[in-house]
Amino acid sequence: MDYIPNTDEQFTAMLQTIGAGSFEDLLADIPPELRCRSFDLPAGLSEYEVLGLFESLAGPNRSLREVTSFLGFGAYQHLIPTVVDALASRGEWLTPYTPYQAEASQGTLQMIYEFQTLICELMQMEVANASMYDGASSFAEAAVLALRTRPATGGAGGRNRLLISEAVHPHYRQAASTYLSGFPCAIQQIPQTNGVTDLEALAAALKEDVAAVLMQQPNVFGCLEPMEQAGELAHRAGALFVANAYPISLGVLKPPGAYGADVAVGEGRCLGSPLAYGGPGLGVFAATQALLRRMPGRLAGCTVDQAGRRGFTLTLQTREQHIRREKATSNICTNAGLLCLRATLFLSLLGPQGLKELAGMSLQNAHALFERLRQLPFVQPVFDQPFFNEFVVRYTDGRTAEAVNTRLLKAGFFGGLPLAPWYPELGEAALWCVTETIGQEQMNRVMETLERV
Amino acid sequence: MALKPEPLIFERSVPGRRAYRLPAPTAAGETLLPEEHRRQDAPPLPEVAELDVVRHFTRLSQLNFSVDTQFYPLGSCTMKYNPKLNERIASWSRFAQMHPMQPAPTVQGFLRLLDELEQALCRITGMAAFTLQPAAGAQGELTGLKIIRAHHRLKRKPRSTILIPDSAHGTNPASAALSGFRVVELTSGANGRLDLEELRAKLSDDVAAVMLTNPNTLGLFERDIAAIAQLVHSRGALVYMDGANMNALLGIVRPGDMGVDLLQLNLHKTFSTPHGGGGPGAGPVGVTKALEDFLPVPRVRKAGTRFRWEERSTRSIGRVHGFYGNTGVLVRAYVYIRTLGREGLQRVSRAALINANYLKARLSKTFPVPFDQHCLHEFVASLKPLKASGVTAWDVAKRLLDYGFYAPTVYFPLVVDEAFMIEPTETESKETLDAFADALLRIADEARTRPELVTHAPQQMPVARLDEVKAAREPDLRWTPAGAPDPHPLVTAP
Repeated sequence: MDYIPNTDEQFTAMLQTIGAGSFEDLLADIPPELRCRSFDLPAGLSEYEVLGLFESLAGPNRSLREVTSFLGFGAYQHLIPTVVDALASRGEWLTPYTPYQAEASQGTLQMIYEFQTLICELMQMEVANASMYDGASSFAEAAVLALRTRPATGGAGGRNRLLISEAVHPHYRQAASTYLSGFPCAIQQIPQTNGVTDLEALAAALKEDVAAVLMQQPNVFGCLEPMEQAGELAHRAGALFVANAYPISLGVLKPPGAYGADVAVGEGRCLGSPLAYGGPGLGVFAATQALLRRMPGRLAGCTVDQAGRRGFTLTLQTREQHIRREKATSNICTNAGLLCLRATLFLSLLGPQGLKELAGMSLQNAHALFERLRQLPFVQPVFDQPFFNEFVVRYTDGRTAEAVNTRLLKAGFFGGLPLAPWYPELGEAALWCVTETIGQEQMNRVMETLERV
Repeated sequence: MALKPEPLIFERSVPGRRAYRLPAPTAAGETLLPEEHRRQDAPPLPEVAELDVVRHFTRLSQLNFSVDTQFYPLGSCTMKYNPKLNERIASWSRFAQMHPMQPAPTVQGFLRLLDELEQALCRITGMAAFTLQPAAGAQGELTGLKIIRAHHRLKRKPRSTILIPDSAHGTNPASAALSGFRVVELTSGANGRLDLEELRAKLSDDVAAVMLTNPNTLGLFERDIAAIAQLVHSRGALVYMDGANMNALLGIVRPGDMGVDLLQLNLHKTFSTPHGGGGPGAGPVGVTKALEDFLPVPRVRKAGTRFRWEERSTRSIGRVHGFYGNTGVLVRAYVYIRTLGREGLQRVSRAALINANYLKARLSKTFPVPFDQHCLHEFVASLKPLKASGVTAWDVAKRLLDYGFYAPTVYFPLVVDEAFMIEPTETESKETLDAFADALLRIADEARTRPELVTHAPQQMPVARLDEVKAAREPDLRWTPAGAPDPHPLVTAP
């Protein structure tokens, strides 16, 4: 099936109108020696055959519908109300592109305006953009913004140092380091102590050449960071404070705006989008009004039309690549539009009380499982810190995190994520995550399995 | 199309109204948090019923033009039909409900799919290896530029300049700048193509790469590509191809056979994944064997019959995405590739070329096409002749909306005056193309006889032309309740 409507007869007639004797005439500019000699692909299939083929590819996978998962690590399984899928699958949402022609894109533009509002409210920030690719790219772009915003003040070399807590998700740190590889800057990691960023180390590193301090709340271990104190330290040194926040947690946790973040980023996939093996994500990016014109990405604004009616349009586009080219604040063009819609639907359906209850369930479930896990003779808590819905435990008595998970998988569970690849110093540590999707029954069953490990 | 304006979701809010019930709601949990970490006031999200949400977002959707409802000839964006089959398969729980950190033995089918997609893209482009990690075309460019940087560093000859034609997409210079390169622009030649002499003059030992779009944004094939590549390579630089226009080339030429060292593909263009009102997309990057080691980690590896992720590679540029890229989008693209297969993909480019040339033939007498000759998948007309009647390309774009067509890309590329960049794609019928051409020709008549119809367009849309100056000068980027003091007043910009 090729989805091409024109018949061969029509193509022949069209070639006549074009004044071409044959299709080959259209390729006159392509040197014959460059023509494709190999195009070795399988033959096309009917819809029925394609369904069969992909059933065979899906077959060996085990989905979160079949396995009870305690995995988090920046990818959280949350409820998705039916209405989200029902509305987001409409062609009018799915198949337009960036709303360049505002008058024929008022739906998308108004939705983005609502999305920006919701993100501002959730984060308690002043401005939010129309999304980045994912949390990691939002984090990296926040680092870029900081370096470009604070160029020539401070010490002799300008503000060209970034302080990133070691308790920030390692993938986010890696993405930032890839993004910044061409910049004349240094990234310094601030160590963690007892699961949170070491404030003394942070204070000591905060010299006048620091452009920004970047942290995460809750951090990669699930622990709650002393964000207020860290932000104060950053500001006192003239640096920006960047917070990577988990949007769902903001139903109960203090938002970035309340602890002085200049830029708040996050992974918004948890707001109504499926995990889909990690992508697409929804890069949330919010900032203070002062940084508005430095922001990457698109912005929808409210204005009036010629008749004085309210309408929406893309605005402040002189920051963007299609206008400013190499002087743009970012290279981003395509973003995560459809996931903005899903997040807007999700937050509208949940409402303030629903979001608080959802975050509260996650919080309560995680604490309940933590209390039960620590009763097991071979399980120790690793950090003594308040947490939201993730926590780290260590296995003792020679049990490895991998071996525990192998046993759990046999019983139908994805156990806590072994942290050794990133934090070997923590020993046989595992990061457990419990959201509102886990019921009492599933917690009972995982405990029964663990008691027999 | 609905014409009535829709209130904001916040304006439908009624305190205490609910739309969703949780399995076991609890407020008790909050006490588990120390006071200092607790949120004091709930965020002021809307309080609405489920039907409020359904009506609101259904009505909003009806204010949009889309491929499913209208012809959408947005040049350079390849707005082809997005098959429903792709959506159906990608929504299966064994693709959609998968955790990125779940153990490899439980994702063997997914990893096989990604591996097969990489191989298919290699065969389509003639490149040696692909990374599927970049989330969009521009992130693919960024990835490519990081690879270019890493390549020169390894040779211990860091280079700092990227040459980019003036007809390039804005993302090219922006990506180069974001990668720490200096951008030098190449002026297009008289025939709309890259000028070999201009290239020769600007090539130096500091040039890391030339970024080239082929076919270029005028829809013309860079026929000197082999000579360009040879020249660029002779100075130790690389050839990066922006593969955004790959829809023109399927089964006709392969970038890997033309001397291209690396390129990105935009799967949301050529490979039919939906544009989603602005994303998500996917921008895989293909490279020659010599550059393979620099690709981002992790990479899918096959050992025997089993697949796994390889996390470490000493020369890799690192990671650009939180996990493995837009995997959900990649599933859709692979469904498309297997549905069309070898012959189907070849027919795509043939049909895209005939459709574009047919539209050009129907329009070019009225709207001159600079560098007129057969085009590939798209062409750029100039609406300059209408200027005498006081009508601009922008006006014609707006008038097209009244006729029920989305507008082509306007004022791009910058090398054409009053540019109208038209890309019909292969999934449109001759009848649709004729209706579009008829409308444009009629608008040309209107411009002569009743120009105010065009300059005051659109009239049939939910809103008339918007005050963009006000939008930029007094940025109103989020709603605040009427009468309530704005907690963060948005000041007027200078």
